[in-house]
Amino acid sequence: MSIADHLIDPLEHGDNPPPSEPELRAGRKRMSKWELYSRRFARNRPALAGLAIFALLVVFAVLGPLFQKYDHIELDFLALSDPPNADHWFGTNNAGNDLYAMVVVGLQRSLMIAVVVSTGSTIISAVVGAAAAYFGGWIEKVSLFVIHFLMLTPTFLLLSMISNDSGGDWRVIALVLIFVSWFFAARTIWTLSLSLREREYIHAARYMGVPGITIVLRHMLPNIGSLLVINFTLGVVNAVVAETGLSFIGFGVKLPDVSLGSLIGIGASTVSSAPWLFYFPAAVLTLLTVSMALVADGLRDALDPTSAAGGRA
Amino acid sequence: MTAATSPVLTVRDLTVSFASEAGRVDAVRGVSFDLMPGRTLGIVGESGSGKSVTSLAVMGLLDDNARVGGSIAFDGQELLGRTDAQLSKLRGNGIAMIFQDPLTSLTPVFTIGDQIIEALTVHNGRMSRQAATERAIELLRLVGIPNPEKRLKSFPHEFSGGMRQRVVIAIAMANNPKLIIADEPTTALDVTIQAQILELIKTAQRETGAAVIMITHDMGVVANIADDVLVMYAGKPIEQAPVDELFGDTRMPYSIGLLGAIPRVDKAEKQPLVPIKGNPPLLIDLPDACPFADRCPIVVDACRRKEPELLPVGGKADHRAACIRAEEIRGGRIDGAPVYPVPIIPTSELVRTPREERPVTLQVENLTKTFPLTKGAFLKRKIGEVHAVKGVTFDVREGETMAIVGESGSGKTTTLLQIMDFVPQDDGDIRIVGTSVGDVKGGRDERRLRRDIQIVFQDPMGALDPRMTVFDIIAEPLRTIREPRERVEARVDELMDLVGLNPAHSDRFPTAFSGGQRQRIGIARALATNPKVVVLDEPVSALDVSIQAGVINLLDELKVKLGLSYLFVAHDLSVVRHIADRVAVMYLGSFVEHGDVDEVFDNPQHPYTQALLSAIPVPDPVKERTRERIVLSGDLPSPTEKPKGCPFVSRCPLYRTLGDAERTRCESEIPALTGREGVHVNACHYR
Repeated sequence: MSIADHLIDPLEHGDNPPPSEPELRAGRKRMSKWELYSRRFARNRPALAGLAIFALLVVFAVLGPLFQKYDHIELDFLALSDPPNADHWFGTNNAGNDLYAMVVVGLQRSLMIAVVVSTGSTIISAVVGAAAAYFGGWIEKVSLFVIHFLMLTPTFLLLSMISNDSGGDWRVIALVLIFVSWFFAARTIWTLSLSLREREYIHAARYMGVPGITIVLRHMLPNIGSLLVINFTLGVVNAVVAETGLSFIGFGVKLPDVSLGSLIGIGASTVSSAPWLFYFPAAVLTLLTVSMALVADGLRDALDPTSAAGGRA
Repeated sequence: MTAATSPVLTVRDLTVSFASEAGRVDAVRGVSFDLMPGRTLGIVGESGSGKSVTSLAVMGLLDDNARVGGSIAFDGQELLGRTDAQLSKLRGNGIAMIFQDPLTSLTPVFTIGDQIIEALTVHNGRMSRQAATERAIELLRLVGIPNPEKRLKSFPHEFSGGMRQRVVIAIAMANNPKLIIADEPTTALDVTIQAQILELIKTAQRETGAAVIMITHDMGVVANIADDVLVMYAGKPIEQAPVDELFGDTRMPYSIGLLGAIPRVDKAEKQPLVPIKGNPPLLIDLPDACPFADRCPIVVDACRRKEPELLPVGGKADHRAACIRAEEIRGGRIDGAPVYPVPIIPTSELVRTPREERPVTLQVENLTKTFPLTKGAFLKRKIGEVHAVKGVTFDVREGETMAIVGESGSGKTTTLLQIMDFVPQDDGDIRIVGTSVGDVKGGRDERRLRRDIQIVFQDPMGALDPRMTVFDIIAEPLRTIREPRERVEARVDELMDLVGLNPAHSDRFPTAFSGGQRQRIGIARALATNPKVVVLDEPVSALDVSIQAGVINLLDELKVKLGLSYLFVAHDLSVVRHIADRVAVMYLGSFVEHGDVDEVFDNPQHPYTQALLSAIPVPDPVKERTRERIVLSGDLPSPTEKPKGCPFVSRCPLYRTLGDAERTRCESEIPALTGREGVHVNACHYR
């Protein structure tokens, strides 16, 4: 027996046996990343429930007006402070406004404000924080200076002045809320990204010639993804709370426009005499925040390759 | 050793299992051995083989989660079932332990002296402070720490890694233990320091007469220090023999594979390494079959029917192996054929072209890097400079591997990063395939040049973005150079095939792959753009030996197939000898020896290279015993001061033999690289 009989191709001797032909062909249809993420997400029951609730709320906000018998600014003088009945499903307030119509509009407003504010501030904070950490130098210096400066300014005062000036336009309120809520998160993201910057895969991308901003968007941000998701959820909750607070002291959304916050603010004062005015908007708000929390949990598990769900994908 | 002596430690049928979410993990499944006083038992195995768990079980240091069965008798007393308080009386007194990482095994807030004295007084309540201090000084002197009276008051951070490991050994020796367990004591250290520490453990053994359990993955270390060897695989001992027997007459295929997979620093001819295919099994619900069956080249049906027991082979009572075909195996061959088929590595056409006629792919001239040392938080004052790299010059030609070796802190990684960062040099140049990095203006130029030079990193996990699938990881360099989409798809499949991965797995995340496979992904990514030069930063040092061999062979093969040039940085000289064509030895930021690999390894000129080469343990106990070792004293000096003369003066063994006039030259004149230009040069005045 000569030695040549025992010679084999080293590649066949790798960690893997060479793939068989049918297996290779099966590999042509590659599962995309998003397919994989959605599969994992779908495995998480509470997250699906959260998503369903959230979807229902959105549907309710969009389609609710089709079923309403009264407009939210219309006054029904024959039904002042009526409890829920066949005509006014959620009851009315002391001026005769239909609560169902007001909750639908309020939900629309609150959803818009919450999602816009949370998306806006998450994007700004993520990009500013991660870019400051990755690029360093003067970009980092300037960003940190701005962040630290904003941390010292009495932003709530600023916020109430501007929103009051605007006459309660929700778009202005949303913009101002973004302006005052991005920098705390940006500071946290900057700290986290600092350690990320030194990872070898970041170096690897840099040595491949990937442009800096692409590295930030493709490698840095996804790897703090779970933090961003949590930030986003908390942002939704915080935006609703901030808007509620503003509306409560009269600086937020103003009548005739309503939001869940202002409805709860008004309902809270009559919780013993007309409880429905408080409980309906409060229930919708609770559903909104709880569903967001469940969705966030599910997203985090689906996006995080080290989570328990990852092993089964 | 007389027959009347009783063993210090007797372990019988030791089993350890952990509960995990996936099921019960059987980390150790029936280990038995006797350890006589003054003997050294080497336990070898790859990560996850259960070698460390065995030692922790002996120390009683396992988690509450662990279930331990069998028997461990120390000095005739059963240890299992004892309370923690009872065991504490033994730990550090009768049994001492040396851990792997000297950086974390000393408390940073206490002085060295306090920690040694604590080890002494905790077991001898009546020992006076005075007596304890004296004993501590004696211990420090014994482990070779200069100036022990003063160093007693130093804190751990004031010591280097090697010095700290000495202190840890001093603490282990403090109470004259009967058993010292050393868990990978030299893995975190450089080779020259490793040689010192191994000598020291032998000294400690002589002084205390203790038995030693040496846990390691390095066959060379075992050959150097052990009397008996226990090879572990999947939680079970699979071969147990005296050291000469084990290396001379290996019987179990796994042990044969482990020995065949190690590159040897003492062998010149380029034989391909023999990798063991596959990965170790998960230790959950193991079937009643030989755990090595799936990786074994000589597996027969009977192997899968029943797990083989550890039985005596060759009629010798002290050599036992767990293999049903052990009797058929002789000297690594079965039926006259090698157990492991030797892979073929094609030879390159290029090699036949003389080196001078091949084009230069990477040229580095007088590369220099200094870091400023600053002080103060607000106004940063410059108080000095660290000379990390000082005037390094070399070139890499097509189809050639250039290796830079050196200990940690020698500046080899900084050299790499300077090249990869395309840092323009004030007084020199870096030229990649003819283009000077000084001419790179703007992103487009840079991307074009980056096509030609790519890098593979050391840590196979850290270098792959955990959020991206393997497809996206390998496709990234292609997308960066804007390859069309269909082309990218095809190329990724091609690349995965090239490095021995299954293209069907490209939608998985890196976590789903083993270390060796991840490194293959890293290599595939580096090859994506068809580079001319691939920079390899310790590409195999994080891998187990059996996996390492496969990756080294792959690199060898790819070089030939694709005509690549490698710039290879490593601290492991055996790997370098195997893979490199040219080698440069780096010390304190400059080359001290540079030339063809066989020239440098067979005929080392510079005293530092000689010491470095002699420090590497060879997996051959007979050779280990007869080898003369140049043990360097001390550590790498600080790179902050610019030496007037030769930077190696403080540790040079040759310097000590010189006369006064010759010494003055060493101290006052920096030696230049001289010798046969292009073949073998060294930086020593007297060599």
